Amino acid sequence: MQNEWLYIGLFVVVGALVPTAAIVLSWIISPKKPNPIKQSTYECGMETVGDNWVQFKAQYYVFALVFLVFDVETVFLFPWAVALGKLSVFAVLEGIIFILILLAGLVYAWRKGTLDWV
Amino acid sequence: MSWWTDPVHTIAAWLTTLLTGWGLPAWLASLIIQFLGVVVLVSLLMLLDIFLVWVERKVVARFQDRLGPNRVGPWGLIQPFADIVKLLIKEDITPAGADRVIYNLAPIISLMSVLLLWAIVPLAPQILGVDLNVGALYIIAAGALGTLAIIMAAWSSNNKYALIGAFRQVAVLVSFEVPMIAVMLIPTVLAGSMGMNAIVQAQNVPFVFLAPLAALIFIIAAIAELGRSPFDMNEAESEIVAGFHIEYTGMKFGLFYAGELLHAFTFGGFWAILFFGGYRFFGLETLGPLVSAAILLAKAMVGYWFIMWVRYTVMRIRIDHMLAFNWKFLTPLAFVLLMVTALVNAWLRNSNVLIYVLAMLAANAVIGLGVLQILRNVSRRDREKVEGPSQPVAAGQ
Amino acid sequence: MSLAQIVFLVVAAVILGSALLVVTTRNLIHAALWLIVTLFGVAVLYALLNAGFLAVVQVVIYIGAIAILFIFAVMLTRADLRDRAPQLNRGWWLNIILALLTFGGLIWLFQSWTGFSKTAADIPAGFDAVAQLGNALISPTGYLLPFEVASVLLLAALVGAVYVAFSRK
Repeated sequence: MQNEWLYIGLFVVVGALVPTAAIVLSWIISPKKPNPIKQSTYECGMETVGDNWVQFKAQYYVFALVFLVFDVETVFLFPWAVALGKLSVFAVLEGIIFILILLAGLVYAWRKGTLDWV
Repeated sequence: MSWWTDPVHTIAAWLTTLLTGWGLPAWLASLIIQFLGVVVLVSLLMLLDIFLVWVERKVVARFQDRLGPNRVGPWGLIQPFADIVKLLIKEDITPAGADRVIYNLAPIISLMSVLLLWAIVPLAPQILGVDLNVGALYIIAAGALGTLAIIMAAWSSNNKYALIGAFRQVAVLVSFEVPMIAVMLIPTVLAGSMGMNAIVQAQNVPFVFLAPLAALIFIIAAIAELGRSPFDMNEAESEIVAGFHIEYTGMKFGLFYAGELLHAFTFGGFWAILFFGGYRFFGLETLGPLVSAAILLAKAMVGYWFIMWVRYTVMRIRIDHMLAFNWKFLTPLAFVLLMVTALVNAWLRNSNVLIYVLAMLAANAVIGLGVLQILRNVSRRDREKVEGPSQPVAAGQ
Repeated sequence: MSLAQIVFLVVAAVILGSALLVVTTRNLIHAALWLIVTLFGVAVLYALLNAGFLAVVQVVIYIGAIAILFIFAVMLTRADLRDRAPQLNRGWWLNIILALLTFGGLIWLFQSWTGFSKTAADIPAGFDAVAQLGNALISPTGYLLPFEVASVLLLAALVGAVYVAFSRK
């Protein structure tokens, strides 16, 4: 079974083993003297003030959402780009229509203010 | 198939005869040989990573008009090894309330996502991990794993500054992936394939001459993907100390740091592969695969130097400016560039090479000048909103 | 058993196990991470079937965008990330019996299919899956209309998301 993905699978395995080996080696060699002050949460050298959970800005979610739509769009464009070399100008125009429809969506999101940070 | 023209296959064939001579079935022998190949590549990469630490420290020192490490060994070459020993013997402090499994898993996944990228880097036509025909998307997939590692690290640290840093960093990472994928479509269109080796082979004229704006957008988006200055939201040292890896000590922090440097070098390599001809250099690559590999590594080092240059020169950009720059400027520009490149490619594909190159350059120049003009108009409108309309200069005064 | 079969069994076990953990674990972030393991397992299945494009697309979109969206949504809406409700239905033993019956019924139905005992033919050499997919998406006799409709669908999704997220502004 000569599947090229087998190599990638081996890479995943070895790529996970190497940092694990480094961490295990460090765990073996390093001293272990836990005390509550060392293990307290870091806040620039002071005692922590306030809750440990921060109110998450909703804007992060909106950016992730817009990213998702454009990610799916570009994934659709990859087969188009690969097949483009042997096709006529008509094929290019079809892809351009696809991109223009989504750029219209981007302009809509822009005008609605979803791409602003505040 | 001699040693010089095809080293990897020669060694593999020799090992196969050796292993099957010992009585192993053929598929197990080939599995072991592939595993050995992966181990050798990863070991060389970690060695390169150590060397990159030295390069980084010397270069930043020169940019800051000082010498950098020069005590430990000739020109400070042993310094990174000393750093590794120091990181290994440091105590591993896990913060109270941290989610231990995820806390330990995050640096492993972070480094793994960088190592995975090297499976498709074509060092030479014959020295190649796997010639995946979906190479461009594979790069994005490995980047997705890196994004995941950041969220895992911040979440498990039980520290609100880590969470703030990680949210900002992930928002920047996912935002800049859109122009990066759009710009990676341009070499795909020009080469007719997503595979890295095919893209290099198609670069009789390096793609930087066919799409210079695309190369520029790619390196900007890549620097944002790497989380390096001027886009280093996660490590905004003067703002949130160390961002998502505040609570990591010792070797785990070392893995994050080493992963970041290797990631930067890898993207220098991909910039070279996608736009600067990869392992090709005026025909020198036909001398042998080792020469090709050396050419690619040299180009990757130049790309890495460029990334370092930008890091130590430009100030950090504010997060809302960063995201506005991405969504309102880079993304539309990247898609417009893609459309124009695809059109010019389809129209002039079969004509003279010189006309093709000049037409592409002209298209890029037109787009570039148009963009600059739009930017000037936008900034003049913004300025007039703040200052009032500018007085026309009276003639003859 | 060939290597492919061993890998398939391991991956299937991982997918099923982590899917079970997604719904039973109490910590919501752990549930999101187990979901990522499940999605990664599906990507490995695609790679086993030599569908390389689908494997990377699965990782890029599901793990790189959708899972991150899930994690953001969880962190955005809940201060307390532990699920205090009981993790199992009251009639859970009945559900297990129904699931096993369905599974048994499907096995009995598929018994007559010859595909179980035949190995699939190898993909012909030089078959470029992505280029064929591209050709199919572009050609007017292929999937051109669904291709363009997909972009309209994505536009609708974007407009809907913007409307829902910003209807209070």
